[in-house]
Amino acid sequence: MSSTPETFLIPKIKYSAILNVISKGFHVDRRAIMEYRQINITYNVAPNADSSVLLRLGNTQILAGIKLEIGQPFPDSPDEGILIVNAEYIPAASPVYEPGPPDENAIELARIIDRSLRESKAIALDKLSIVSGKKVWSLWLDIYVLDYDGNLIDASMLASMAALATTYIPYYEVDQTTGIVKVDRSRKSMPLPINRYVVTVTISKIGDYMVVDPIGEEEAVASGSITFSISEDNCIVGIQKRGMGVFSIDEIEKVMEIALNKGKEIIELLKKLTMNIK
Amino acid sequence: MKLNKIKLIAEDGRRIDGRLPEELRPIKIDIGILKNADGSAIVEYGATKVLAAVYGPREVVPRHEELADRAIIRCRYRMLSFSTQGERKSPAPSRREIELSKVIREALEPAILSNQYPRTAIDIFVEVINADGGTRTAGITAAAVALADAGIPMLDLVVAVAVGKLNGVLVVDLNGLEDMNSEADMPIAIMPSLGKITMLQLNGVLTPEDFRKALLLAINSINKIYELQKEALRRKYLTVEE
Repeated sequence: MSSTPETFLIPKIKYSAILNVISKGFHVDRRAIMEYRQINITYNVAPNADSSVLLRLGNTQILAGIKLEIGQPFPDSPDEGILIVNAEYIPAASPVYEPGPPDENAIELARIIDRSLRESKAIALDKLSIVSGKKVWSLWLDIYVLDYDGNLIDASMLASMAALATTYIPYYEVDQTTGIVKVDRSRKSMPLPINRYVVTVTISKIGDYMVVDPIGEEEAVASGSITFSISEDNCIVGIQKRGMGVFSIDEIEKVMEIALNKGKEIIELLKKLTMNIK
Repeated sequence: MKLNKIKLIAEDGRRIDGRLPEELRPIKIDIGILKNADGSAIVEYGATKVLAAVYGPREVVPRHEELADRAIIRCRYRMLSFSTQGERKSPAPSRREIELSKVIREALEPAILSNQYPRTAIDIFVEVINADGGTRTAGITAAAVALADAGIPMLDLVVAVAVGKLNGVLVVDLNGLEDMNSEADMPIAIMPSLGKITMLQLNGVLTPEDFRKALLLAINSINKIYELQKEALRRKYLTVEE
């Protein structure tokens, strides 16, 4: 059962101070209200994965990894690879996260990323068939939140996209008589085919102000947020409003404009950061 | 995913069930159908049938979950095992149901004056009896009237409807088949008198222009459903008076 979350006391006491800074057009860490924190990506942090990325967005840290396995296609799409997205908030990431199966927040996070990648056709799943109708690549994308300081969705989406963009399909051979597929992970056959980049832009509402990329403290006093998934071709490929706040129609239109502008900017930055890797 | 395999909009602009793009399915709202629950309602959007029941404000069990300054709202969305087309749905909560429980709670919570009942819980149960597209939207519409039926003070009712895109045409209130084959499906919940959006999701691809148009389309339909909600509430409380 989904239950009203507890609000934390310290940010509540600091609420007017935070609001005061934001009303002047700045984040608590002195960035402009519409500016993201620095994005830093480390590649190949887990060499056993087919691709792995440690992404830092300020103090928020996300680990995203990809494993490619040979699986069976779904009967309604016999020539398409399979994408499976999971997310977990590990207990090391915050004093309030507890061990156990993913909670509603982690499930929501994984499903937002799953939908954004799937609906935009960001990955060319139709090029991941091995033996038509029998064998395809299954792409397991696993996201672990390592350290929490706000804006987990945007950070996770960036980490996922960076990991996907640097994934290589291992060398494989199909035995024509037995149909057995032999995989040699020490060699690469081709990069994972990507149709287009997708990022999310989450806009949080603090008081009556709209901000992007809040730190944890700011996020704790935000009434709600809206995540827009934006594709390279400037389409909206997913939306999710979260939290207990409300948005007027005018606010939604304003938020959409922000998301489209910021989305374009971040996609360009991400492309630069993933270029020439491996 | 499987775009344009099925023709969803005919030459005369009608949809597979004969509706025009901006036409809702027949909507039925029945209030107070359970004896034990403090508030209850069944809402039908065409063949989609959803039951909502509300208990509370009541004591919080377990005690440590209570909040000193407000009531906690708890919500569970669930599909009955036989509610789906085709195979039986496993009764274990799916990831989709866990996400939707949260989304529905967050859609209703802004409307409830929860600070009037500190240290209590308000429980909302949404049970999908028959699923044919739009179960979360029908669930929100049902839960809002069930909350009103339970006598819980609210800022406004909440109404939800989905807007989608079929073969390039924007339509409202998608049925199951349309939902499965749509280019986009965007459920929205609004507090109609206040004009505040409490839920917004998009599954699919929309251009910024389509998104603006879809919002306007949703508001139009939501006002129609809002009238039906109010009429259903009046119907119940007028019979009690007589």
